[in-house]
Amino acid sequence: MLHTVNKSPFEHKALEACLKFARQGSAVLLIEDGVYAAAKGTAVSTQVQEALKSVSIYALRPDVEARGMQNRVMDGVRLVDYGGFVDLVAEHNAVQSWL
Amino acid sequence: MSEESAAGVAKKFLYVNRRAPYGSIYALESLEVVLIGAAFEQDVSLAFLGDGVYQLTKGQDTKGLEVKNFSPTFRALEDYDVTKLYVEKEALEARGLREADLVVPVEVVGAERMAEIMEAQDVILSF
Repeated sequence: MLHTVNKSPFEHKALEACLKFARQGSAVLLIEDGVYAAAKGTAVSTQVQEALKSVSIYALRPDVEARGMQNRVMDGVRLVDYGGFVDLVAEHNAVQSWL
Repeated sequence: MSEESAAGVAKKFLYVNRRAPYGSIYALESLEVVLIGAAFEQDVSLAFLGDGVYQLTKGQDTKGLEVKNFSPTFRALEDYDVTKLYVEKEALEARGLREADLVVPVEVVGAERMAEIMEAQDVILSF
């Protein structure tokens, strides 16, 4: 299934909750302030790197660029545009939004 | 009106910014109020705590998001004599950011110093 996270990992527990419930092979799409979790060298990047071993992690490019994070995205996190967002929703059976 | 305020004695105003720039309207609204308040010639300081430090990151490009990129506006604050910008050291570090990653010169301060700055204010506005 597809999980989306739209909250900053530094101010909310949404990402942590998502990664706790995201099973092997799931997809996690970071959107809005959730994209800050995709940055390398932060207090949560180890946690995200660990998650990348079992789930696919995507970040919405327009949200990444708006926040100036485009040169900080860690290896393994894939950037998608709005079309890619639609594709992810279409490819998966259900979407859980961690609001 | 007291004699002091009639004579235009400046009060110390601190704007405390704790939100990332585009996920909510807080950051933009704070900046609008700072600019409006600047016209009243008060003693203004800005503090950036937690995710608030993200308001100042370089390289923001909002074309894809189709909203206004207001980060260049921070560079105009100097023209309004708003030059005291304090950034929480621990917040920068947790986010893998350095002072060089920010769009304006700031004073990076630890939580202890930030608390002192807050104590010294007449008015604190929270965003």
